[in-house]
Amino acid sequence: MIIRIDSLTFRYPNGTTALDGVSFGVGAGERVAIVGANGAGKSTLARHLVGIERPASGTVEIDGRPTDRLGIAELARTVGFVFQNPDDQLHAASVVKEVGFGPRNLRFPAARRAELVESALRRTGLTAARDTHPHHLSLGERKRVALASVLAMDTPVVVLDEPTTGQDHASIVLLGNLVDSLAADGRTVLAITHDMDFCVEHFDRVIVLANGRVAWDGPVVDWPAHVADTADESLELPQMTRLGRRLGWAGPVTTVAGFLERLPAEAGPAPVPPGG
Amino acid sequence: MIEVKGFSFTYPTGSRPALTDVAFEVAPRELCAVVGGGGTGKSTLAGVVSGTVPHLTGGTAEGVVRVNGRDLAETPLSGLVGEVGLVMQNPFNQISGARFSVREEIAFGLENLGVPRDEMAARIDPVLEDLGLTGVRDRSPYELSGGQQQLLAIGSILVMRPTVMVLDEPTSQLDAAGNALVFDALGTLKEQGVTVLLIEHRMERLARAADRVLVLDRGAIVAQGPPGEVLADERLEEWGVSPLRYTVAARRAAARRLWPDRKPLPVTLDAAAEGFGETAGRLYRGDRGDRGDRGDRGDRR
Repeated sequence: MIIRIDSLTFRYPNGTTALDGVSFGVGAGERVAIVGANGAGKSTLARHLVGIERPASGTVEIDGRPTDRLGIAELARTVGFVFQNPDDQLHAASVVKEVGFGPRNLRFPAARRAELVESALRRTGLTAARDTHPHHLSLGERKRVALASVLAMDTPVVVLDEPTTGQDHASIVLLGNLVDSLAADGRTVLAITHDMDFCVEHFDRVIVLANGRVAWDGPVVDWPAHVADTADESLELPQMTRLGRRLGWAGPVTTVAGFLERLPAEAGPAPVPPGG
Repeated sequence: MIEVKGFSFTYPTGSRPALTDVAFEVAPRELCAVVGGGGTGKSTLAGVVSGTVPHLTGGTAEGVVRVNGRDLAETPLSGLVGEVGLVMQNPFNQISGARFSVREEIAFGLENLGVPRDEMAARIDPVLEDLGLTGVRDRSPYELSGGQQQLLAIGSILVMRPTVMVLDEPTSQLDAAGNALVFDALGTLKEQGVTVLLIEHRMERLARAADRVLVLDRGAIVAQGPPGEVLADERLEEWGVSPLRYTVAARRAAARRLWPDRKPLPVTLDAAAEGFGETAGRLYRGDRGDRGDRGDRGDRR
């Protein structure tokens, strides 16, 4: 287990309980989506993984070591965190300088640094924008700069906070491929997302947070059934799941590919319940 | 009422125009959506219609922008306060930083407009309620989650009751419930006669709520029409916009003759269910289309 969280509880100074006994583990190469309502504690949880917040009680272990005994610099070698708002993260005068900042701080040798920076720019579609000032980029592009600067640190764990927000079609495709290829390389990807279609297409496992607790944790194929069983209005079923249910199909459908595969076999005159 | 005619704009440091010969109108009670890829000028357009571009940004503009009949080139920004509301893309840029609670933050605009105190209360509480913020009304805006801040930014504009509302990706960080609240609020605004220009990436609700969709590509309007037409256009991906899964599924099914002939590709769940329901019925009656010829070879992506 590269991440091991046990009975994690956290309160903000004003007394609000943001996390309340959260426990789960994540293995190397897993792709885990963290979903839940606004204010459920998703970002607070992510901030614990990089040591920005320290547990009030319980433990967060990264690669077998509790975060409260690791320095920020040590954690930074293991967990890369891409903030929801790129402007919380960007500071350099050009894209290439921004992306080079992390590997320079981690004191990688120059040749490795150059390789990591180029690879990160390529994987995020920013090679052509390398000399641009981040201020002159759109929000979606700045988010990809923030992502590239984390990729360049070559951490075994990458945490993404709302990666598809503000991204155009090509960038969403690129992000999906990136999540898949990071996992194929054995790196662990955790993403906070409200984009349920992106979630079912690129993740193995879903953790639902509600009021600071883990409300559900399981394989992505079983997740639509969970959403359907709860009346949690903050969660939305993927489009193909809703279509399959409306057509009266039994069992879960999550993706377009899965839907089309079943379509020829679903030869019953489908009941179409209104609003179902 | 928004009227834009032959409008082009270049930022002071820009090497090429951010907007080129843009022309469109949005009437009161109309919700017009703007979609397009990253960096194609959507946020610039939001700034143009709300008067911040070029008043605050500088740059060279050509053409005419009229809001409620007033030429924005000749209208100082102060003259638009309370009349045109802009909800910015990043709520952090919008929250005043000068107020200590959510309720006070929503009151901020009204204080500046000089609205009497008792009327303020009558206007603020329903806005908090409509956006699901009543429970956090006494918290600091900085203690809210990203999604809650986004709702707060929307509320702080709604409360001023602008007659023209411009929203730049207002739902980007919202969960399904927050998304529904925002679209319900937009529906109410329309009924009240407000002119709404909405920049949005999430297509499903847009497909049902928008009266018209404009596509911006590299600063120019490349398509405009009803959502059923524009969002089903096969060039949508080239324009940087992700099609709905319903449309993708129907397009792929149509290639295998598993979508009804002559039926337009769907952009809503209802339309998809109707079309695929017909296909299922046809298959049930034993009409397998051309599957007999093609068998089950390949095409099983």
